[in-house]
Amino acid sequence: MSTETNTLEQLANREYKWGFVTDIEADTAPRGLTEDTIRFISAKKKEPEWLLEWRLKAYRHWLTMAEPRWPNVRYQKIDYQDIIYYSAPKQKKVLNSLDEVDPELLKTYEKLGISLNEQKMLAGVAVDAVFDSVSVATTFKKKLHEAGVIFCSFSEAVQEHPELVKKYLGSVVPANDNFFAALNSAVFSDGSFCYIPKGVRCPMELSTYFRINSADTGQFERTLIVAEEGAYVSYLEGCTAPMRDTNQLHAAVVELVAVGDRAQIKYSTVQNWYPGDKEGKGGIYNFVTKRGKCAGKNSKISWTQVETGSAITWKYPSVILQGDHSVGEFYSVAVVNNYQQADTGTKMIHIGKNTSSTIVSKGISAGFGQNSYRGLVEIKRGSTRSRNFSQCDSLLLGDKCGAHTFPYIEVKNKTSRVEHEASTSKIGEDQIFYCKQRGLTTEDAVGMIVNGFCKEVFRELPMEFAVEAQKLLGISLEGSVG
Amino acid sequence: MLHINNLHARINGNEILSGVNLKVQPGEIHAIMGPNGSGKSTLAQVLAGREAYEVTEGEVLYEGKNLLELDPEERAREGVFLAFQYPVEIPGVSNTYFLKAALNSIRKHNGLEELDAVEFLKLIKQRMKIVDMDESLLSRPVNEGFSGGEKKRNEIFHMAVLEPKLAILDETDSGLDIDALRIVADGVNKLRRKDNAVIVVTHYQRLLNYIVPDFVHVLMEGRIVKSGTKELALELEEKGYDWIKVASDSTLATA
Repeated sequence: MSTETNTLEQLANREYKWGFVTDIEADTAPRGLTEDTIRFISAKKKEPEWLLEWRLKAYRHWLTMAEPRWPNVRYQKIDYQDIIYYSAPKQKKVLNSLDEVDPELLKTYEKLGISLNEQKMLAGVAVDAVFDSVSVATTFKKKLHEAGVIFCSFSEAVQEHPELVKKYLGSVVPANDNFFAALNSAVFSDGSFCYIPKGVRCPMELSTYFRINSADTGQFERTLIVAEEGAYVSYLEGCTAPMRDTNQLHAAVVELVAVGDRAQIKYSTVQNWYPGDKEGKGGIYNFVTKRGKCAGKNSKISWTQVETGSAITWKYPSVILQGDHSVGEFYSVAVVNNYQQADTGTKMIHIGKNTSSTIVSKGISAGFGQNSYRGLVEIKRGSTRSRNFSQCDSLLLGDKCGAHTFPYIEVKNKTSRVEHEASTSKIGEDQIFYCKQRGLTTEDAVGMIVNGFCKEVFRELPMEFAVEAQKLLGISLEGSVG
Repeated sequence: MLHINNLHARINGNEILSGVNLKVQPGEIHAIMGPNGSGKSTLAQVLAGREAYEVTEGEVLYEGKNLLELDPEERAREGVFLAFQYPVEIPGVSNTYFLKAALNSIRKHNGLEELDAVEFLKLIKQRMKIVDMDESLLSRPVNEGFSGGEKKRNEIFHMAVLEPKLAILDETDSGLDIDALRIVADGVNKLRRKDNAVIVVTHYQRLLNYIVPDFVHVLMEGRIVKSGTKELALELEEKGYDWIKVASDSTLATA
């Protein structure tokens, strides 16, 4: 303990001793994490003083915290001093349109099947592409602007709408919430910001593709979505990452705030980061904090996630149901194959009266994969007549994988009702044979059964995403049976 | 069409089929009867390509092709259909969706255009009538929560949609009441054509009152010990299987 305090003091002192020295011209922060790193990032982004202070406070708190040990996952110790916390793609000037984007970058997107040119044409989808921490292109801005919607990179929001950022940043996930959230708060690079004013229904689905590219670059995205009274927004987050040999840490924070009455936020994710090779080497560590707050009456927050990638997934998109009659939803498909590990689920915190939440979790395990559902349903004393329904289903492919369920239920009043259903099933050889006898291949059969298993979640996804998700599932489970 | 020659097969080291010979021509209906454990279902499964069974000897020619070299799905696409004794439940996959995928994989294999949703619905509406299929069973997951009779009926419905050249019905009559039996048998008869053939595997003669076979074979201890016409089935009904066993034992002894 005393050693820790000493280190802390040393670090605190160092700031004053060396002051603010940083190479603002550099495109990449030096490896490692000190207060100087944070000053470098903040200066790079020309941030106001209050934000730098916010980051530093988070950093100092982080130093006192320990990495969580309770998730049901195993991995080698992360060396936080061996990570580059900021890197920007070389960019000569401010870009006005996609035509000005580096063709190499566009090519990469095309390979991933998410060509911005295509996306641009797809009416109804605005894309804010994040390439290694810095937004390189933002489309559909005008149309959104006309509707009064603000959708931009987080850095831009800090410059253009500091009052909104200051008001809501950390209001749902405090800087000291947990180890990874604190780390993110200290070093977050960029992300998306979205604000839907009172009574506005966002005219299109908002979509962001994140991507990790430069070697050894940790990604610390920060997303903040605010919906005012009666506003509605549907936000899509899609992620792909290329092959990579060393493990990469990703510790994002997403905050959703349904501020006013009847505000609605729908957040959908398809995550397909590099899961490591067949022996379990490499792959992304995805340690994410996602939380929404239903502050207004009758407000609603809905999380839908399809998690097929990453070596390790640790995330619990949660909803704080503060407003009376507010609604929280969590629909999840998590797939693990080879040596992937996932510990994911949700937290539904019922505070307001007559609040309701629904949890549908579908875990698929193949190869040597380990899949854990971990969920908390908490109904506070004053949250009378509240309801929760949870359903956790696991599907096993093969006999070397595992499925685990850790439901935590705390109900503090007598008028609320909580239901929990769980099932575990296995794709049997007889099912595969039956399908084959009707002319289908093993792959078709597995795809069909898996998609059938996930149907309840897929139908919550926007159309294009549902199709992509089905394809991804097929790819992730290729060769896992027969 | 089908030529089984000295077929031997085993599972977990136990030989179940010990030299089956059988010839089936287009347009024919063959019944394979025999006591429990005689290898009837094994024969059906081996023909369909179940991997748990190991063929140790013999060959099976189907339309001149070596059937045993084909994967189960290839056999299906070539027109071999097995109506399962115990139809398998596939949760989450609707009967319609499943059949459409199956039919289109077969059509694609045969160089035909895949049917779109509208054409397919038209087809199944028409084929449902053949087995008097309840429409509600179409949108439900394959066999999930179906009664025993519904499952068997669904198998023949699959057959009606997929139109196989060679259909093997494995104990399709078990678990059916007399009305359902008649409907299912009627369905099979309606599907009968000059260019397709049916092998009916059954315990009891009952089914053969409705699906009248051209040939009846008795399978015992892994081989066909007696063949005849439909009258043989009646004889079996009356006398049981023991008299054949005695007779065949003596034949073997003299051989």
